[in-house]
Amino acid sequence: MAAVLVDKLTKRFGDLTAVDAISFEIEKGEIFGLLGPNGAGKTTAISMLSTLLLPTSGRALVNGIDIQKDQDGVRKAIGVVFQDQSLDEELTAWENMDFHGRLYRIPKAIREERIRAMLRLVELEDRQGSLVKTYSGGMRRRLEIARGLLHEPSVLFLDEPTLGLDPQTRNHLWEYIQNLNRRKGITIILTTHYMDEADRLCDRIAIIDRGRIVAMDTPANLKSRVGEDVVYITSPDAGRITDEITAPWIMGAEQYDGQVIIRLQSAEDHLLELLRMFGGDGYTITSISIRKPTLEDVFLHYTGREMRQEEAGALDRMRMMMPRRN
Amino acid sequence: MDIVYTLWLRSMKRYLRSKSRIVGSLGMPIFFLLALGFGLNEVVQLPGSTGENYLQFLVPGIIAMAVLFTSVFSGIMIIWDKQFGFLKETLVAPVSRLEIMLGQTAGGATTAVIQGAFILVLSLLIGISIPTIQGFLIAFLFMTLIGICFAAFGIAIASKMEDMHGFQLIMNFVIFPIFGLSGALFPIASLPEWVIPLTLINPLTYGVEGIRYGLLGTSAIHPLVCLAALGASTVVMIVVGAFLFRKASV
Repeated sequence: MAAVLVDKLTKRFGDLTAVDAISFEIEKGEIFGLLGPNGAGKTTAISMLSTLLLPTSGRALVNGIDIQKDQDGVRKAIGVVFQDQSLDEELTAWENMDFHGRLYRIPKAIREERIRAMLRLVELEDRQGSLVKTYSGGMRRRLEIARGLLHEPSVLFLDEPTLGLDPQTRNHLWEYIQNLNRRKGITIILTTHYMDEADRLCDRIAIIDRGRIVAMDTPANLKSRVGEDVVYITSPDAGRITDEITAPWIMGAEQYDGQVIIRLQSAEDHLLELLRMFGGDGYTITSISIRKPTLEDVFLHYTGREMRQEEAGALDRMRMMMPRRN
Repeated sequence: MDIVYTLWLRSMKRYLRSKSRIVGSLGMPIFFLLALGFGLNEVVQLPGSTGENYLQFLVPGIIAMAVLFTSVFSGIMIIWDKQFGFLKETLVAPVSRLEIMLGQTAGGATTAVIQGAFILVLSLLIGISIPTIQGFLIAFLFMTLIGICFAAFGIAIASKMEDMHGFQLIMNFVIFPIFGLSGALFPIASLPEWVIPLTLINPLTYGVEGIRYGLLGTSAIHPLVCLAALGASTVVMIVVGAFLFRKASV
């Protein structure tokens, strides 16, 4: 049984089709990413799967349970970490966890034990008695993830889990998420518009743009489908190298400003050969570097547009300010 | 029931932590009590009075006022939860909307009754006579009903509101008229004839009269009529509140 099965799921708001007949299947224990710019329909998709929004048409099963026929069944099986903060700032971390545990009807003894364990996992046990309003953004996010896991869901939804966090905290959170997935075998669906995040965390990625899935595969496959790697060699002998370079795996080479730009398949496999050809006597190589295609390139390839990064930046800043407003 | 208790518990914790809210929402009732009570006590001669002075007459009205404002405000607080995202946490849990609504109502009503009790204690300090135990219990029964009724009313309003912008409007055009037309400040009988029907469809009127009966032993409306009318209004408010909240989305 698939952990999540989505079949032609659609959501319309008036004239706007936010999610347009998306279909996918997620295996148990997989980390699945929905990657796309803001407004692509990721959050709407998550809202439908977590029973907060009713789909206009289509069907979805979470843990084998129909999201429209048995909402409570789905709710028991999932944990959700929303894009915008959803903690009670006037309560302490412990109280937020306790509230959650009671809502999910976890018996007292088990509840307290689990809260303790989860707070330890996200390294907040020292601050468990402080009001959440005194927490930093990263601590809040960690608390929300701990809370989402308290009732041991089999599927965890993370909507933009690291939005607005500093790089160090992001790295830290990524490790948590990977660990959780490995240790507890929890299926994780995350949405993000950060390419590096999707690349680092996800087993598979669906690229979503304007409500539609435009590509879906492992990050490596998506990237290799987009095209070749590039090797840059800086050398005083750039002209000669460019003229002499030939190999079946080389798709092209040009010289530009003392640099040889070589387009090829799987650069890391052929780097040694390249060095053998030009690293010996007669050639001087000042530096050599490899550039692999990124998901950024993948997105560009499938949508013909770059991710609307500037717009995302402005929205991020707004989002970051939101929870602090009081 | 567990869920209702959980939400009630949260309301209590928040209430006990917000000292400024406790003091702040007592400010206006205390102001009314002192300004009107002492200011007008010597001036006003209540028509058909059975011996109580204006200050005594006013106290039940001000207690009702404290309960009314606190309970409506607690109900409307759901909008904050909506704006700050916390409502999603409850809505995505495997609990029914009805349980959430009832928990919020119970929490709002409890804080409102506590606020009313503050005013009651204060009134004893400034010298109204101490009623019997039964009188106290009757007063608390009516305070509780007002609290539940108007906390549910607040939730009904909140379910229809998008954000806090409409709050001032609601306060000025709904809550103050409910207070003003309740006989809290003056005897119903002395109002112009065309206003009287308005006071009689106002649930708070029955609450004020009920508390008055408990504390003073006299009331313009028979206490059992008050109980029936306010009780029925409370049931209606809960049903309306639950229905509207069920439709509310985040």
